[in-house]
Amino acid sequence: MPPPDPVKAHLMDAADMARTLDRLARQVVEELDDEAAPADRLALVGMQTRGVHLARRLRDRIEAIEGVRLPFGVLDATFYRDDVGLGTGRPTPIVQPTDIPFRLDGRRLVLVDDVVYTGRTTRAALDALVDMGRPASVRLLAFVDRGLRELPVAPDYVGRHVPTAPGELVRVRLDEEDGEDGVWLVEKS
Amino acid sequence: MSEIAPAESLRHRHLLGLADYDADEIRLLLSTARAFRDVLDRPIKRVPSLRGVTCCNLFFENSTRTRLSFELAEKRLSADVMNFSASGSSVSKGETLKDTARNIEAMKVDLAVIRHRSAGAAHFLTRCIDGIVVNAGDGQHEHPTQALLDALTISTLAVPGRDGLGVFDFSGLRVTILGDIAHSRVARSNVYGLTALGAHVTLCGPRTMMPMEVVAALDGRAVTVTDRLDEALDGCDVAMALRIQLERQGTDVGLTPSLREYHTMYGIRPEHLEQNPDLWVMHPGPVNRGVELAGEVVDSDRSVILSQVTNGVAVRMAVLYLLAGADSFTDAEAGA
Repeated sequence: MPPPDPVKAHLMDAADMARTLDRLARQVVEELDDEAAPADRLALVGMQTRGVHLARRLRDRIEAIEGVRLPFGVLDATFYRDDVGLGTGRPTPIVQPTDIPFRLDGRRLVLVDDVVYTGRTTRAALDALVDMGRPASVRLLAFVDRGLRELPVAPDYVGRHVPTAPGELVRVRLDEEDGEDGVWLVEKS
Repeated sequence: MSEIAPAESLRHRHLLGLADYDADEIRLLLSTARAFRDVLDRPIKRVPSLRGVTCCNLFFENSTRTRLSFELAEKRLSADVMNFSASGSSVSKGETLKDTARNIEAMKVDLAVIRHRSAGAAHFLTRCIDGIVVNAGDGQHEHPTQALLDALTISTLAVPGRDGLGVFDFSGLRVTILGDIAHSRVARSNVYGLTALGAHVTLCGPRTMMPMEVVAALDGRAVTVTDRLDEALDGCDVAMALRIQLERQGTDVGLTPSLREYHTMYGIRPEHLEQNPDLWVMHPGPVNRGVELAGEVVDSDRSVILSQVTNGVAVRMAVLYLLAGADSFTDAEAGA
């Protein structure tokens, strides 16, 4: 079932998404190095909410490809957003759990989000991560890059580039959250 | 139990008391506080959520932990903080609360935290200033953030047969609030908060400290009243001892013959812990050792008094953060 908003295009179905996730998993696998035990150095961090599900699927695929089960964390960067609260005219978002059960110091992280747009959520996530430790590096994996960046943020891995207009939205729907897999371009309602 | 969902946003602009907050809103406050509790365990304990927001702590009454807790919460949220104490201020020159508030508002304060000896002072303040008002204790009325931190602390306790505490479902939980109920704003807020979450509350204390008119007004809530400690502790999961507030009772009221007798009749002692091995003990502080609680009880592993203090900072961060926001947040914005 498509999202409730007026649909302009059905960009990906479940099979497209599975193929894209396979490709992204193989790209992340290239980050693994032979010199150190990979699981000690590389970790996936999914951004709430759909980034978490995507990161979990990537972890499972990487395990299937490489036989390595990467550490996995969950990040909510709500507290670090710059567009909420008094004076912004924006309401306060619901906070979801952050659970990163490993030390960030010296770790190479792959930050996973469903859509990269203005870049402000990514900036908030980076602020949150550096407050929790000092990762050796952070790569950004975006399942969809819809453009229209407001900050100099560039994803390292992209599932699909989708040029959009400001009045449009990209809806990534996932089985775990929405009961189906698919990506739609919709009109902002 | 995961079907118990918090509200998506607060429906109130101020926090004056828990009497008019429903269970969904209380759960939203508590789940947000839990997220801030995690922030307090990080190497860098500050987030930028209230950057640019000016908070003023108006303390017309003495306080140590509540004032420090609010101040720390505000600083952890990156707010600008002003502190006001009645002693040494123009209040001692006869300035009224209204004039004090309006002068402070003229300094462009966004959010005011008020503690006052008079019930209703926080409500009155909402009519004097445009900013958001948080009640940090008003007379014998309410102390909502204390009740919220108590609920957050309870949600972390291991209580046999009560698996829902972690999701703020307190159904079946039995809590005894013990002591000077009549003079306690903590008791009132806790009755509202705990019963909203499903707990059964027993109020226990000498009849001279039991406000029967208030108890009568709690009609419909899961509250029972007793003046017998053994009865109150029988089957109780959490005992919340209240401080005997001699400063509110005055010197000639004589609500209890002596502190020693009070301790004998209503103090929690080691034998109570032996008789009730699953009992948790809480106290809003400061504790009068040897009066509400024996020293051994304060120091025992069944006491979570210091956890209450830590949770207080997280709860106040959540309150300030959520009140500074507004309605629910849309996916479009969240996906940015």
